[in-house]
Amino acid sequence: MNEQRKFRPKDFSSDQNVRWCPGCGDYAILAGVHRALAKQAIPPEQIAVVSGIGCSSRFPYYMSTYGFHTIHGRAPAFATGLKIAKPEMQVWVVTGDGDGLSIGGNHLIHVLRRNVDLNILMFNNRIYGLTKGQYSPTSEVGKTTKSTPMGSLDHPFKPLQVAAGADATFLARTLDVDAKVMQPVLAAAMAHKGTSFVEILQNCNIFNDGAWAAIAAKNIRADATLLLEHGAPMIFGADRDKGIRLVGLRPEVFVIGENGLTEADAWVHDAHDPEMTRTMILAQFESPKLPTPLGVIRSIERPRYDKGVHEQVNQAAVNGNKNLQEMLVGRRSWTV
Amino acid sequence: MHQTEQVESVVVRFAGDSGDGMQLTGTQFTMASVLAGNDIATFPDFPAEIRAPAGTLAGVSGFQLHFSSSEIFTPGDAVDVLVAMNPAALAKNLDFLRENGVLIVNRDSFNKRNLKMAGFESNPLDDEAESLEAYQVYPVDLARLTKDALAESGMSAKEIDRSKNFFALGLMCWLYERDVEVVEEEVHSRFGSKPKYLEANLKVLRSGYNYGENSEQFLTRYHVPATKPSASGTYRNIQGNEAIGMGLICAAKCAQRDLFLGSYPITPASDILHYLSKQKHHGVYTFQAEDEIAAVCAAIGAAWGNQLAVTTTSGPGMALKGEAMGLAVITELPLVIINVQRGGPSTGLPTKTEQADLLQTLYGRNGESPLAVLAARSPGDAFEAAYEAARIAMKFMVPVVLLSDGAIANGAEPWRVPDVDELPQMDVPLLDDASAIEGEFEPYRRDPETLARPWPVLGTPGLEHRLGGIEKWDGTGHISYDPDNHHHMTMQRQERVDRIAHTLPATEIYGEDSGDVLMISWGSTYGACVTAVRLARSEGHSVSHIHLRWLNPMPLDLGGIIDRFNSVLVPEMNNGQLFQLLRSRYLFNGRRYNRIGGVPLRVEDLRQEIVATLTN
Ligand code: SF4
Repeated sequence: MNEQRKFRPKDFSSDQNVRWCPGCGDYAILAGVHRALAKQAIPPEQIAVVSGIGCSSRFPYYMSTYGFHTIHGRAPAFATGLKIAKPEMQVWVVTGDGDGLSIGGNHLIHVLRRNVDLNILMFNNRIYGLTKGQYSPTSEVGKTTKSTPMGSLDHPFKPLQVAAGADATFLARTLDVDAKVMQPVLAAAMAHKGTSFVEILQNCNIFNDGAWAAIAAKNIRADATLLLEHGAPMIFGADRDKGIRLVGLRPEVFVIGENGLTEADAWVHDAHDPEMTRTMILAQFESPKLPTPLGVIRSIERPRYDKGVHEQVNQAAVNGNKNLQEMLVGRRSWTV
Repeated sequence: MHQTEQVESVVVRFAGDSGDGMQLTGTQFTMASVLAGNDIATFPDFPAEIRAPAGTLAGVSGFQLHFSSSEIFTPGDAVDVLVAMNPAALAKNLDFLRENGVLIVNRDSFNKRNLKMAGFESNPLDDEAESLEAYQVYPVDLARLTKDALAESGMSAKEIDRSKNFFALGLMCWLYERDVEVVEEEVHSRFGSKPKYLEANLKVLRSGYNYGENSEQFLTRYHVPATKPSASGTYRNIQGNEAIGMGLICAAKCAQRDLFLGSYPITPASDILHYLSKQKHHGVYTFQAEDEIAAVCAAIGAAWGNQLAVTTTSGPGMALKGEAMGLAVITELPLVIINVQRGGPSTGLPTKTEQADLLQTLYGRNGESPLAVLAARSPGDAFEAAYEAARIAMKFMVPVVLLSDGAIANGAEPWRVPDVDELPQMDVPLLDDASAIEGEFEPYRRDPETLARPWPVLGTPGLEHRLGGIEKWDGTGHISYDPDNHHHMTMQRQERVDRIAHTLPATEIYGEDSGDVLMISWGSTYGACVTAVRLARSEGHSVSHIHLRWLNPMPLDLGGIIDRFNSVLVPEMNNGQLFQLLRSRYLFNGRRYNRIGGVPLRVEDLRQEIVATLTN
């Protein structure tokens, strides 16, 4: 019924003043999401955005859709309940590296394993912004912050590796500043039926400025990242002169044309590979050792929890006795 | 021939190893008693360990049944008949048996090894032993007789041994003139899919019955006549957890909502999850979450999505849900939280009963976070309590906590089945049309009477809104840090809960509405309290009784009632939580009685307390 309605990005924007710090990467993500939503035929009232706590989690207030700013780390659980109650709505989860991987790590892995039909955006700025600058579970080892004056000690998570470990059916990564990557990634995430997990590398210019400068800076991006495309060989570099090949299960970078290696030797990306092994290898790529992958890493089909729940309820309704009085009376009763 | 003696009421306790099937035996004997027309009250008393080593004290599981030809409210203080399947069961339960009570023991299990594990230095069944002198002891070779009955069955010795509880059950049916066919039907429905066990258990059941008839060990049978219930109607036997499940289903149906349960397995609340998982055909969605927190959060998500949303828990699970409950308070969403209380703190006594979560429920969240709280008083009453919890949650757009406990959850009683068409009306402030709204939709625009905000149907164009845990401007629902608004919203949240009281019926007083002593109780102590008050009144004491359904808000007439009595007695299975609440509100002279043993209060103790309050 909504097919005729056409949307503009601003149809998805609320009238609330955006309160992120000037220059924050979140602005670009917000604009990117507004743009992506305008390209699908789903009206604002059929969309719900659920978030946890943190800078990123203010997101729902800046959307004209239904929105719920919940509690720290638990957004996937709220979204699961909502999706069961309102299967026809498109449900988004907006979270951050602290919200989603620290306090909310448990809910994240379980929603991914259940494959509830949600779009999860994880803004990864490798810092706690809202609490004013403590290290996060994705901060690099040795990071000096307010809570780690002598440098952080703990080994960081790679969000996509965690999600792959939970057998996520859709994995993708984009950069806050790169609309050319973000738009197709969001489009694919929206199209995917099941949990879409999108890591968005985001700059926090106040507490972790240059969080991703080593890969996002314009002059080095082409060499530090690998733009994935299903069915295409993994080729990267400003001159597109480098490839990735698999030697056994060990990935390595090679220069096309050197040592007798050609484009044909490059690993061909298969986003629909049902096996996790290669996906996991790819999820571990990190510049400078290997280029940081951007785009859709994995997109496979698997039964969805939310759909299954409804199927069971519908199936039970076919033969079940819906008479309430008989339910109350039960199997054994007597009358006086 | 045997003689038959008529008795008014009997308390039976079955006790054995966790693997002896005592809960099943007790439940089936209960069913036979219920269908014989007796009033009943049960108290299953089982260990937290699933299968502690056989023969140990830790592994003893008990089931107490009180059946009567008059109205009863408790599973009984003292046991008239103890069936002990092994020495450990005897050691652990002998204290409950009244003097000259009947003791039926499985003699075969009184071997050296079992006696040692139970802490006996010599066999109490030996003739020279005097430790059981005060009782009528009937040693029965339960294991051997079961073996004889199943000699031809081709079953293994182990399988045969597992049927011996049916021998005891058959014998008890004979002894108390229970209709063995009723039990046979129960066995059919339970073991119908396993013909081998079905046949074996039926055979052993009959053997037990015939043993009573033929052995001449028992000279007297007992007859407990049928009760005349106070109201006519259709009755059934009901357990508390199932009653809660049914109450919720009815509430959802009457409110034309689907029912959503977010839950995480925890004793003793899990049976609500089990029950509702089997009721999908009634539009019930159950979600077994990854933890207690996800369970309540998913329920809040479903509440936002316009389902009747419920989360169930016990013990430490309630602590884990605290933060999310605060979110339900500030977002003003209807949510039913069911806390089947158990012994605490921490893991505490998982399978035992207690009512020590009252203050936690009222105050155990950050900030001023008022929600509505009510309590069930008995297994059957849990139906109405659950229905009420859901009705108030939706009418006032407020989270409601229903307090049950282990005794209600697993206890059973006959219950008069209500007529579905006569259940109270549901008032649900759903909003699914924006056409009449001028300007921007305001999610916090309130009903002037209930102060409830609307419950917008998600997906409706024009009703898009943002909820969240940050303080909101009343009306628009926009984020607000304004001091006056925060004060106003805080008072508004309290006022909405307070206004529930205006819709509640006048408090029922059992006894005169003024006098010497007023007993005030809540929760599962109802049965013991009302029985003790009846007893004291029959002895000529001036004592009346109030049992509170609502703990927050409290009834408007409560203060006035309290003023009309010289003294107030508040008995609780906690360290004085309701007492403290009442005293801080009504400043009365009073006495508290607190017993935190993980078991129901005893009538006799309460009777003595009433007398003590009178003489003080
Ligand atoms: S603190 Fe960092 S992440 Fe948060 S709004 Fe400011 S710039 Fe953005």
